[in-house]
Amino acid sequence: MSTATLQHPAPAAADDFDPRAEGQRLIKEWYAQLETANARNAAVANVFVMGNAVEILRAFDFELVFPEINSLQTGVRKASEEYIRLSEDYGMSPDVCSYVKADVGLILKENEHPAGRIPKASLAVASNMCGTFIKWAEIWERWLKTPTFVLDLPGQRAAGWQVRPGDAQHAADARWVEAQFQELIAQCERITGKRFDMDKLAEVEARVNKMVDHWNNVMALNRQCPAPFNAMLDGLTYIGIMNVHRGTEEGVEFMRRLEEHLKAKVGRGEGRVAEERFRLLFSGTPCYVSMRRLVELFETWGGVFAYSDYLTFAAGGMDATELRYDTSRPLESLAEVTALAAQRGLSNQFFAHERLAQQIKDYEVDGVVFHGIKSCRFVSSGMADTREFINKRLDVPTLYIESDLIDPRYWSDAQIKNRVDAFFEALHQRGGGAPLARKTVATA
Amino acid sequence: MNAPVPYDHEIELSNVLERCNAAARETAIPSQDELPEGFSGTLGHFPVYFPEEIAHAAGLLPVNILGGGNKLEMKHADARMGSFVCSICRSTTELGLNGTLQGMTGFVTHPICDAAKHLAGIWSRNLPDQLAQILYLPQNVNTPGAARYIAAEYQRLRADLEKKTGRAIDDEALRNSIRSYNANRRLLRELYRIRRDEPWKVSCTESYLLLRARTRMPCEEHNALLARALDAIRHRSLPAQDKPRVVFVGGFCEQPPLEMLEAIDETCYVVDDDILVGLRWLTADVPETGDPIWALAESYVERSDASPVQHDARKMKEDYLMDMLRKSKADAAILTAAKFCEPGLDEQLAWSKHLDAENIPYLVLEFEEKMTSFEQMSMQVETFAESLLFALA
Repeated sequence: MSTATLQHPAPAAADDFDPRAEGQRLIKEWYAQLETANARNAAVANVFVMGNAVEILRAFDFELVFPEINSLQTGVRKASEEYIRLSEDYGMSPDVCSYVKADVGLILKENEHPAGRIPKASLAVASNMCGTFIKWAEIWERWLKTPTFVLDLPGQRAAGWQVRPGDAQHAADARWVEAQFQELIAQCERITGKRFDMDKLAEVEARVNKMVDHWNNVMALNRQCPAPFNAMLDGLTYIGIMNVHRGTEEGVEFMRRLEEHLKAKVGRGEGRVAEERFRLLFSGTPCYVSMRRLVELFETWGGVFAYSDYLTFAAGGMDATELRYDTSRPLESLAEVTALAAQRGLSNQFFAHERLAQQIKDYEVDGVVFHGIKSCRFVSSGMADTREFINKRLDVPTLYIESDLIDPRYWSDAQIKNRVDAFFEALHQRGGGAPLARKTVATA
Repeated sequence: MNAPVPYDHEIELSNVLERCNAAARETAIPSQDELPEGFSGTLGHFPVYFPEEIAHAAGLLPVNILGGGNKLEMKHADARMGSFVCSICRSTTELGLNGTLQGMTGFVTHPICDAAKHLAGIWSRNLPDQLAQILYLPQNVNTPGAARYIAAEYQRLRADLEKKTGRAIDDEALRNSIRSYNANRRLLRELYRIRRDEPWKVSCTESYLLLRARTRMPCEEHNALLARALDAIRHRSLPAQDKPRVVFVGGFCEQPPLEMLEAIDETCYVVDDDILVGLRWLTADVPETGDPIWALAESYVERSDASPVQHDARKMKEDYLMDMLRKSKADAAILTAAKFCEPGLDEQLAWSKHLDAENIPYLVLEFEEKMTSFEQMSMQVETFAESLLFALA
């Protein structure tokens, strides 16, 4: 699809689907389900949003706990500081990941979370996609005696590294991932006492395929002008469902209705902001304690986040329609797709300039906003250098702001507002900003 | 006619240490004209472990890039890396941007932590002529197939180096390199044995200088230096002092300043440590026959040390610290972590909780390669040593 015109607009009918309300309902139901998991003797697995082998775990009926989502929820619910301080009093360094600290606070509060009681896990799957995942899982391993499986996923080795399905390199990487899946399956069988069911895996994969198809259509809709959703606010609800409900019927239905809803919005020429003046790309992770405020600072200037690379890496790199499972060979295909998706997710950080250059083009953005996270080296270590590259080599205006994932002590409203204002003034000086002047609005 | 000067072990050791000290303090890499015979370029690699044998066999001098120490002025890197990133990553970036490392043929980093992995991207954006890459050493060595995967990674690296240098790396060249490095491993094991058994003969600082010298010279030259040093150390007749025996952990990546090690040596015998553990990563000889790539890969899985940056279900972190304490008959531990080093800081806390439970005394220190003031740290270490001696008396 092109940004310029919408060839086949969807019918301009109002619909009764409210993605935010529906997303919140699904998350609430998920937490309610978790609350009773231990009492029901359900198998529970701790997993992360990237590189998590969810399809295998679902085939064993594991209830899934996402500790990152628990931590960010303490931020959204304005309770993170209490959890972080508890962990620092216990001895954790102020310099480590605030998600981990919030989770240690959760352990110290005996799993009492603002969204409900978090169940004890019978397995943890940590991948090497973020180095901290491994250290985090080691905390559970030591402290709670949670059996841990570390999934090693090879990433992009060098700049310009191209691996396509069927390449010798891809085949080698997929073989290694599949060997680890076999180990994980054996461990799941021991923990649950169930035999692995290949057909069930294929069923989960079929549902993931549908979700990914809808997900990619949803993302592509934001290439339209005006953008129907804000990738950094609405997008967070979508990615939450993409993770928590990956491979469930509810997940498929949510994504289907979301696509329908947004198509209708595009058909009506309805954008997220009333008067879209600047299309922006957000690089990094939001500050969850001030997320609305952050988006508001941009929207008051008519700036909309048409895309965010967060939606790539927090989906584990599953943001491409070619990454579909072949359900006739479920396990091999899972390994092949995982190897490619992981590489995509990792490239998004370690060779970010390549991915960003493509996304800037795809979403025709006017500028890139980088959000450095003080306690996250995965997201932030190469960010200032990437910014320099985008700014100078691609001649795309950029803004760099800094705070934290969920630690409110690092959010400085006045300082960030000043920088945002200056950024928009600079965009104006470049000749941008005339309301919808150079963009063709999609109309029904 | 002058009488022949009697051989003096102390002078000999002093000469070797002087040479090592010069090498250890060197951040620059040898220029094309300064390269030792047989080498056509340099391959930089970041801690912790790198299979130097492959670079060595390619005729590339392996150079362990260990940041800029406390003398480097940061002019570029502060604007390219956040203030919350560890010093070694920032100063390595500075050395790349200020031209110090410009002449390298390539630079390889590893998945030891996320900041380290970002160095490959920074390198590719700023020094595109170099072969810059991440060597994926697995975080799961417990699954069968790990050695095969590592071997494939090593083969890939071998092919990349061949392409870059235009020189084939045949198996025999690799076996020769393995032989040289096996000799090096044996010498280093002997150095650490003396540290454990007769710590008054060689201090932690001296041992560190001897070890670190390998980061800037060919393995064969380092072997000759180590042999001379060990001979001199064995002949040393220094009296044992009343100092507590400690192990020092946390120096696996970013380098503790020399002054910090000296301050600890003043009052303690450091009988074991994990400083530059990557240079001693393989704990036994690598097979010198058969497929050399497989021999290296299999050694990584089956005969390797432990570190906070590697997950191996067979090496529980508390266990390997306890093992170090036991084998070296140490009375206590000094737990350090470099500032902003997430793996180090997480590990430090877990270790300290475990030592609390085991009732083993320890001291927690945080350091940065760029620190310049050591008075307070010296006082802390001294107080710690005194309390240990009092308790042990």
